[in-house]
Amino acid sequence: MSWGLFENWILPGLWVTVQATVFSALLALVVSFVVGTLRTSRLWIVRFLSGAYFEIFRGASALVVIFWFAYAFPLLFGWQLVPLWAGVLALALTYGAYGSEIVRGSLAAVPEAQREAGIALSFTPMQRLRRIEIPQAWPEMVPPFNNLAIELLKGTSLISVIAVADLAFAGNVIRLSTNESAPVYTLLLVLYFLLAFSITRGMRVVERHAKRGVGKLPEKKSRSGQGDVAPAGGSTNGGGA
Amino acid sequence: MNTPNESNQPSDTGSPADSAGTGRPSAAEALGGGAPGKSRAEGRELIKFQDVTKRFGENTVLDDLCFSVDTGKHVTLIGPSGSGKTTILRLLMTLIKPDEGTITVDGEYLTHEEKNGKLVPAGDAHNRAVRKKIGMVFQQFNLFPNMKVLRNVTEAPVHVLGMDKDEAAERARGLIELVGLTEHLDKYPTQLSGGQQQRVAIARALAMRPQVLLLDEVTSALDPELVAGVLDVLRDIAHSTDITMVCVTHEMSFARDISDRVLMFDQGKIIESGSPDKIFNDPDNDRTREFLSSVH
Repeated sequence: MSWGLFENWILPGLWVTVQATVFSALLALVVSFVVGTLRTSRLWIVRFLSGAYFEIFRGASALVVIFWFAYAFPLLFGWQLVPLWAGVLALALTYGAYGSEIVRGSLAAVPEAQREAGIALSFTPMQRLRRIEIPQAWPEMVPPFNNLAIELLKGTSLISVIAVADLAFAGNVIRLSTNESAPVYTLLLVLYFLLAFSITRGMRVVERHAKRGVGKLPEKKSRSGQGDVAPAGGSTNGGGA
Repeated sequence: MNTPNESNQPSDTGSPADSAGTGRPSAAEALGGGAPGKSRAEGRELIKFQDVTKRFGENTVLDDLCFSVDTGKHVTLIGPSGSGKTTILRLLMTLIKPDEGTITVDGEYLTHEEKNGKLVPAGDAHNRAVRKKIGMVFQQFNLFPNMKVLRNVTEAPVHVLGMDKDEAAERARGLIELVGLTEHLDKYPTQLSGGQQQRVAIARALAMRPQVLLLDEVTSALDPELVAGVLDVLRDIAHSTDITMVCVTHEMSFARDISDRVLMFDQGKIIESGSPDKIFNDPDNDRTREFLSSVH
């Protein structure tokens, strides 16, 4: 495989994969939060509709959804999407369904007492969600979102089937023109791994920041020893004892 | 073994170390000009339960309950666990709804509203409006772990009452000083002890300028040595403000200290009510006597 092929196919393909991942991840995040919070609604019809969305898109093959947006959507609505965007939309809707389950589960794990404290202070349901429940659920969401983001990155290779020139598409082109299967696909494996690894590193920073936002400091490992003693035995509460 | 008279132990009334001699503001000062109950219409019924029944499944927790609390008064509910005391506070906070009967706060229906002359179950907006008159301190503090101490206290005044941010922060600082935690303003709740968290929770409830403060076994979850500091703050508030209090507690000496009236509950009914002197020294009801001897 020559430098020319690498420069003309692999590098642009890498860039397309990064774009597809970032765009569909952002859109999937929006879908996750909207559908996930709707699934905790008090109204059964809202829960039903958002639950139906979740079941349908979880059960649908991402590949078929991609084909549907690329080929069925223009026929049905008379409007052709740019292939990259058809792919991004299909991936976001599919992975957003999985993400909504992460959001719903994390919200459900926020203690009931927090909701009651919010009611006691007369917050509206929307304010409770935004100021109390989501901020507390967020640190719990980050690790599963990391998983999902990596799944999504690997899922972007599916959009090569609708002729989006991503990394997987570039690999196929090079293999067809040079017949060098082993080096090409080994290179792709390494590149996908490096992308996935950088997602994990990035998410770890997000997670640490999120934990700090609820007063948990994971980096201080000695805390369990002193943390319990200092406030209780300190000057502030020396009552009787 | 103590009679209630002798239970005023020093260990129970000692001030928290950090508030001694620091010249912290009085509760009345910290609550500011718009302190609750400024009109002090004594004798006016602020809270009224009328024929309230609450069941959980087969279990009748409150049985056709009628009682009222006048403005500015401090009422303590005592009784064995499961007698319905906490249920009363949860009804007042609209965390649960009565099965029968009505509750009014300051003349307005709670969990009901009048439409075309008929009483119908209230919508969320109506409940929120009435609820603003009521503040609650929970057994488990329930501070918001995602906010530092100061923001725990300012969040609701800013976003619910629409108070100016700086004004809310200034008032919050006063209240946090009142509860003796000024040096902890910038900490998260997880970095505080239980007693400190509970004092922040008291400041948070007061920041909403409620007319009524509900105290739900506020010291039950605390280590014994942290109880005094919390009760001290509450005594200060009870003695120096006009705020109406409804209090569920097992701290009998505290109840005796702050109460105008004590209601003894058993099996969802008030079996005896009267002044703390009467209830603690010379109760009429055998069940009351039995209960009091079991907690002392």
